[in-house]
Amino acid sequence: MPTTPPKTTPAKTAPTKKSSNPVPNKERIKMPRQHMPEQPPLVRAKQFTEVNLGYSAELARQEALRCLECAKPTCTRDCPVGVKVKDFVQLIVEGDYLGAAAKIREDNVLPAITGRVCPQEDHCEGACLLCKKGESLGIGYLERFVADYEQQHFDVTKIVKAPPTGKKVAIVGSGPSGLTAAGDLVQKGHQVHVFEALHEVGGVLVYGIPEFRLPKTIIRQQVDYMRAMGVEFETDVVVGRTVTIDELLEDEGYDAVFIGTGAGLPQFMGIPGEHLNGVYSANEFLTRINLMHAYEFPKYDEPMVDFRGKNVAVIGGGNTALDAIRSALRLGAGKAFILYRRSEAEMPARIEEIKHAKQEGIEFQVLAAPLEFLDDGKGWLRAARCQKMELGEPDASGRRRPVPIEGSEYEIPLTVAVIAIGTTANPIVQTTTPGLATTKRGYIQADETTQKTSRKGVFAGGDIVTGGATVILAMGAGRRAAKSIDEYLTTGQWDQ
Amino acid sequence: MFKIVNAQFIAPGIKRFVINAPRIARKQRPGQFVIVRVNETGERIPLTIERSDPESGTVNIVVQSIGKTTHLLNSLETGDSILDIVGPLGKPSEITNFGTVVVMGGGVGTAMAYPTAAAMKRAGNRVISILGGRNKDLVILENEMRGVSDTVFVTTDDGSYADKGLVTDKLRQLIENGTRIDLVLAVGPIPMMRAVADMTRKERIRTLVSLNPIMIDGTGMCGGCRVLVEGKSEFACVDGPEFDAHRVDFAVLVQRNAMYRDAERRSMEAFKRECELEKRKAAEPADEVACALEGK
Ligand SMILES: Cc1cc2nc3c(=O)[nH]c(=O)nc-3n(C[C@H](O)[C@H](O)[C@H](O)COP(=O)(O)OP(=O)(O)OC[C@H]3O[C@@H](n4cnc5c(N)ncnc54)[C@H](O)[C@@H]3O)c2cc1C
Ligand SMILES: Cc1cc2nc3c(=O)[nH]c(=O)nc-3n(C[C@H](O)[C@H](O)[C@H](O)COP(=O)(O)OP(=O)(O)OC[C@H]3O[C@@H](n4cnc5c(N)ncnc54)[C@H](O)[C@@H]3O)c2cc1C
Ligand code: SF4
Ligand code: FES
Repeated sequence: MPTTPPKTTPAKTAPTKKSSNPVPNKERIKMPRQHMPEQPPLVRAKQFTEVNLGYSAELARQEALRCLECAKPTCTRDCPVGVKVKDFVQLIVEGDYLGAAAKIREDNVLPAITGRVCPQEDHCEGACLLCKKGESLGIGYLERFVADYEQQHFDVTKIVKAPPTGKKVAIVGSGPSGLTAAGDLVQKGHQVHVFEALHEVGGVLVYGIPEFRLPKTIIRQQVDYMRAMGVEFETDVVVGRTVTIDELLEDEGYDAVFIGTGAGLPQFMGIPGEHLNGVYSANEFLTRINLMHAYEFPKYDEPMVDFRGKNVAVIGGGNTALDAIRSALRLGAGKAFILYRRSEAEMPARIEEIKHAKQEGIEFQVLAAPLEFLDDGKGWLRAARCQKMELGEPDASGRRRPVPIEGSEYEIPLTVAVIAIGTTANPIVQTTTPGLATTKRGYIQADETTQKTSRKGVFAGGDIVTGGATVILAMGAGRRAAKSIDEYLTTGQWDQ
Repeated sequence: MFKIVNAQFIAPGIKRFVINAPRIARKQRPGQFVIVRVNETGERIPLTIERSDPESGTVNIVVQSIGKTTHLLNSLETGDSILDIVGPLGKPSEITNFGTVVVMGGGVGTAMAYPTAAAMKRAGNRVISILGGRNKDLVILENEMRGVSDTVFVTTDDGSYADKGLVTDKLRQLIENGTRIDLVLAVGPIPMMRAVADMTRKERIRTLVSLNPIMIDGTGMCGGCRVLVEGKSEFACVDGPEFDAHRVDFAVLVQRNAMYRDAERRSMEAFKRECELEKRKAAEPADEVACALEGK
């Protein structure tokens, strides 16, 4: 997962004259960060309702008062979409929550989502000046607060639609990159039609990230908001199969296409026993649970292997791995552990998720990796044979490489193992779109600022270009794409 | 929502649906399938497209009642709608002039093999079809298959119709008679496909089977449909569903398809109870109740 290390240029902390914050600057530094109210670990570990309960208006104000209102805000600099943090936080201090939401929306159309899932420690909060003195401003929590407030109080009938330009744009994939591009383009007056392969809109946000971290109603509300703005959604369309990019451009009259199909292909480890019953890819495990509601079986007709009271291990150390293991716990796993081949410091998951997982009782077996899944003789998983690791020299990713320790092999009895070691590009669109340049690893090649591909009128962004990254980076790409699609539609110019 | 233009049982427990799905109808090629979700709480199940008509924008599926979802689907009537249908998915069958192609359909497998048989015929092949069923009623699409085959053999397990025996018995006869066979396509229950594979392996006859693992998305995203082909995992929804029969590990397929047997049974039982309840509620003529278990 790419991270932006906070740069150390000192920012001036003089508040602007107009500040409505009554607290003197020196005092602000001493104020503690407001904790996010959350469900008690042992309660939440048994259910899928959201862990974080959200700030009250009072907590939000207390937290907002801590902002130093830097003259050159590093938070905004390190936010991939440049949210004007200082400005929206001031609006919270003033009690203008809808205004604060509108301010965020200028740069980020999905604040209720980023407020919950952004790795803030790598972006805005990691760059926050308060970090130097103690704990950063709770930017994500504040973002979530105003977004939730807006969802409860905003009147969608008040949305003013832009005058139509007569241009049509097709968006392929309804993940954060596609949704952002759609939202921006419809605001410019273009007719926007989103095609989604699955039966629900939202990409990883609905099939991957579980309810206890990002409730589906949040995504639905955001999508309804976009519908009200005029975006059309068509589910059950696999572009490349149901209709091709060329057909969209030639037969269906689209003037431009944005491809935001994500990195949806699960990687397996290629070790013996992966076909055994009880071995899942994280994608399958999470899709069954989230998209298909296996946790509400039999009301929803989606089964899971019954592992209640049994051992479940997830292999990997990213958000996906943590989502999978915490889901397993909620479905009744007796013992739930993470098997990660590096150490905890190298885990790419959000810090808050690691903390939450530990509180809930997830066991972390770090510096260990499975070598083989063992059969019970009837085709079911019985155990994993693992090997211990130690950290060697840093590898290409800058993280220290795990090196196997000879003779350290051991067995863990398991009923279910979930493989969460990453995903790659789904080739369906690439292989059915002649002339669309791809990288060696099968991702779509797109310009970093314009998101233009090698095909005229075709843009791409998000995980399908970068490989598995983050929600906010995908949104940033969607935003850049919308900007250059709008330019292309207005000028008709296509220069690479 | 996808409108059911027509729905009719063609055999006990086997129903053919004509569904309005213009996008899919335009693109379908033989060997491809759709994934269907009947209602909001339903699972996603794969079903082969038996035929499509780009003009009228319809696709046909032929569904055998097996468990809850297929029973639920088969309780739908003309005029009802299906919540989600996505496709066409999977690699289309490779259609060229192979020479002589033997198409074998076991039970509902005949409906799955039919579009490929028809395309093989159009491509100039000599098509020999072998259809089988447990009994007379379960031999389906015989007329359709006759329309696209040079020769049709029919077998029933119990001898209630045509030749008593298994489709593989017929295949063995053909081989023993010295019939030149360039390709075999076998679609049906796993034991049948495995038996065909064993038989043709010895004869070195190229053989394709259409595999039916459990699927979710059908686009390569979940990996749940992985099958073991010569020791390598392949995803049936994108790399298949047709595979070289001689390279498939059928034991793994059988084992993986049994993964949810308990839950499936529970679903079915609960569904049966619901059905009974509804029947009782509608104390009126029982046969007017759209109970999914009917026609079984
Ligand atoms: C379990 C999990 C947890 C995560 N947690 C976090 C987190 O906490 N914070 C964070 O920032 N990031 C997280 N991520 C990463 C983040 O979700 C992704 O980087 C982000 O969703 C990428 O957005 P995208 O728009 O590129 O594509 P996606 O969200 O992957 O969406 C792509 C969409 O395109 C659809 N599609 C694919 N092919 C086609 C086609 N041919 N035709 C039509 N539609 C198609 C897919 O069905 C999907 O809906 C997580 C990822 C996973 C899997
Ligand atoms: C590519 C493909 C094409 C198919 N075409 C047809 C067809 O044209 N007509 C037809 O009648 N059947 C077809 N099938 C089989 C059909 O999908 C299953 O019969 C159906 O899913 C059973 O669901 P159920 O709830 O009624 O039964 P269940 O009680 O859930 O299951 C019965 C058995 O069906 C299989 N099964 C269960 N869930 C799934 C699932 N989500 N995906 C795949 N298999 C599952 C398992 O082996 C299971 O043991 C096809 C399968 C595949 C993979
Ligand atoms: S969008 Fe993400 S990175 Fe940007 S300010 Fe909001 S939480 Fe921070
Ligand atoms: S059905 Fe999910 S990968 Fe094939």
